[in-house]
Amino acid sequence: MAKPLGFEKPLGMRDILPDSLAKQRHLERSLRQCIERWGYEEISTPSLEYYDTVGAASATLTDRMFRLLDKQGHTVVLRPDMTAPIARVVSSLYKDVPLPLRLFYQANVFRAQEKEAGRNAEFFQTGIELIGDASVDADAEAIALAVFCLRAVGVETFRIAIGHVDFVDGLLEEWFEDESIRNQFRQYLVERDFVGFRQLLSTLDIDPAAKERLEALLRLRGGKGKIDEARSLTENGKARRAVETIASLWEALEAYGVTDDLLLDFNLIINLNYYTGVVFEGYAADLGSPLLGGGRYDHLLAQFGRPAHATGFAIKMDRLLLVTPVMDGPPATRILLCYTEDQRTEALAEAQLLREDGLVVVTRLVKNQAEAATFQGEAYSKVICLTKQEE
Amino acid sequence: MSFSDISQKLTIAMPKGRIFEEAVHFLQQAGLQVTAELQDSRKLVIPVENARLEFILAKPTDVPTYVEYGVADVGVVGKDVLLEEERDVYELLDLQIGYCRMMVAGMPDWKPTDAPRVATKYPKIASRYFREQGQQVEVIKLNGSVELAPMIGLADRIVDIVSTGRTLKENGLVELEHICEITTRLIANRASYRMKSEAVDDIASKFLEVIPKRS
Repeated sequence: MAKPLGFEKPLGMRDILPDSLAKQRHLERSLRQCIERWGYEEISTPSLEYYDTVGAASATLTDRMFRLLDKQGHTVVLRPDMTAPIARVVSSLYKDVPLPLRLFYQANVFRAQEKEAGRNAEFFQTGIELIGDASVDADAEAIALAVFCLRAVGVETFRIAIGHVDFVDGLLEEWFEDESIRNQFRQYLVERDFVGFRQLLSTLDIDPAAKERLEALLRLRGGKGKIDEARSLTENGKARRAVETIASLWEALEAYGVTDDLLLDFNLIINLNYYTGVVFEGYAADLGSPLLGGGRYDHLLAQFGRPAHATGFAIKMDRLLLVTPVMDGPPATRILLCYTEDQRTEALAEAQLLREDGLVVVTRLVKNQAEAATFQGEAYSKVICLTKQEE
Repeated sequence: MSFSDISQKLTIAMPKGRIFEEAVHFLQQAGLQVTAELQDSRKLVIPVENARLEFILAKPTDVPTYVEYGVADVGVVGKDVLLEEERDVYELLDLQIGYCRMMVAGMPDWKPTDAPRVATKYPKIASRYFREQGQQVEVIKLNGSVELAPMIGLADRIVDIVSTGRTLKENGLVELEHICEITTRLIANRASYRMKSEAVDDIASKFLEVIPKRS
C-alpha cells in the first residue's frame, strides 16, 4: 500500500465533529435516562480482549474482527460487541453477585468492513443485557425496553420484528432427518434467499402437504393472528413450544402496551448458532438497515464458566442519529469577553461569574476596543470588552 | 407511533438493458400501472400518480445496491447480478423471466493451458466457479464485449451469460461448461420488508400470480 496522505484514516474509521457529536451525546443521555429507570446499571469493559476468550465467544465472524498481537504475543481483538465482554465480567468479577443482573453500556465496538469505504468499522452502541432470567417476561422486558428507548428519542415510525429460532429448527426437524439439508434451509433463511429456499424444497421428495407448510413459513409474518397460523403449521414439539413462547410473549407485550410497534416474523433468523430463543430486530421508516438487534443467548455465559440464561439488545447509534429529529433546545448564550492586558484579572473574574450563572463565556486578549469590535456578529450572542479607557 | 399511518408508498428499482422490456411487460401483466414514460423517457425517477408507486431506472448492477441501502424498497434484477454483487437483500421471488445461462465459453479448439486466463464481466462468479472446480485461473475483469478476449488472445476462455448463443456463434466461440441458470428476481430491502410489509406482500402476491408455471 502507498503511504497514506496526512489526513487519511484507516478504512472505516471516522471523526465525529462537534455538531454531530452533540446530537449523539444528547441521544445517549436520553437513552441512558430511559434505561436507568428500568434498573439497569452501566458497565464499561476494555477495548482489547483476548481472541481466544471474548473473540471466540462473540457472535461476530472472525474475519470481521480486528486482530492484533499484544507484547506477550497473544492474539487480541478490538471488541466486536459488548455482550461477550459483559458475559466475561459476570462470570468472573461478578461471579458471586446473585442473578438476575441488569447491565447496560454505551460503547464503541469494531468490525472490519470489506465493501465501500464509507461503512463504519468503529461504531457506537447503546445496549442492555438482562442476565439470569429465563422467563418470557425477561424477553418481553428487553423488547418493551427497546420500544421505550426508541420512543424516548423520538423515532417517529418504527417496527420491531420478533421471531424464535426454535420454530424454524423444529419445523425443519419435523420433515428432515438429515442435518445437512436442515442447514441448507437455515442458510437460505440467513441469507434471506427465499428463492433458493423454494428451489431446494422443490427438488426434495417429500409429502406435498409438508412442502406447503414449509413454503408457508416464508409468509408467516404479521400481527397476533400469525400465532394460530404458526401453531397449525407444525406438530413438532420444539416448534410448538416456540409458538407457545411467542404467544405468552405477545400477552406480556400487550400488558406493556407496545404491540402496535411489533411484527411477528417466524422466519426471522439473525445469527446462526448464537441466539437460542426469542430474537428481534428493529427498523425505522426511511432507514435501509436495522436500527437494533437482540435476543436470547442462553449458551454464551456457560462458555465463561457461569451458565446462565440471558437476553439483551444493542441499538446502533449511527443509524439512530439518522432517524431522530434534530433537537431544537434554545441555543446557549455565548459571550465573547475581550480584554486588554491590563484588565486581565478583572476580565477573568467577570468571566467566571458569568459562567457560574450558566452562560458560555469565551475570553480573548485584544489590543484595544476597536479590535474587539471586529468580532461582533461572529458566533457570539454578545461581545463585551474590558479596557482601561472605559473606566 | 403506530405503523398503520405509514404511507406505504413503494419505490421499485428497475434494470435498464437486457431484461427491461420483459420486466415492464411482467409488471403490466401483474396489473401495475406502468406509464408510457417508463418505456421511452430519459428520466431516471418516475412517479406513478395515485398508485403509491415510484420507479427508479438504474443500471442492472446497481439495482441491488439501491435496494440494500433502502433508497428503493424492492427491485427487479437478474440472478447474475445478485451472485456477483453479494448484497444484503431479501430475494423474494423468481419471476422466471429473462432466462439465460451463465457459461464458460472459448474457441472450439480450446485445450487446457499452463497459465489459463478467463475474461469476464463477473469476476466473483468466475473465481468462485473455478475455485470450486479446483482449477487455478487468472480472472480478468472486462466491462463489455467479452467475446473479443479469446479472439484477440487476451484470455483463452470467458465467463458470461448466454441466452440464444448467437453472439457466441457469430464470434466463433462455443459453450464449454455450464455454471448455472439465471432468471430475474424480485428483491426487497431488509427494513422495507418489515416496515412496508403490506405493500411488499401485495406486490409479491401480484407477481406470484403472473409467474408462468414452468413444467
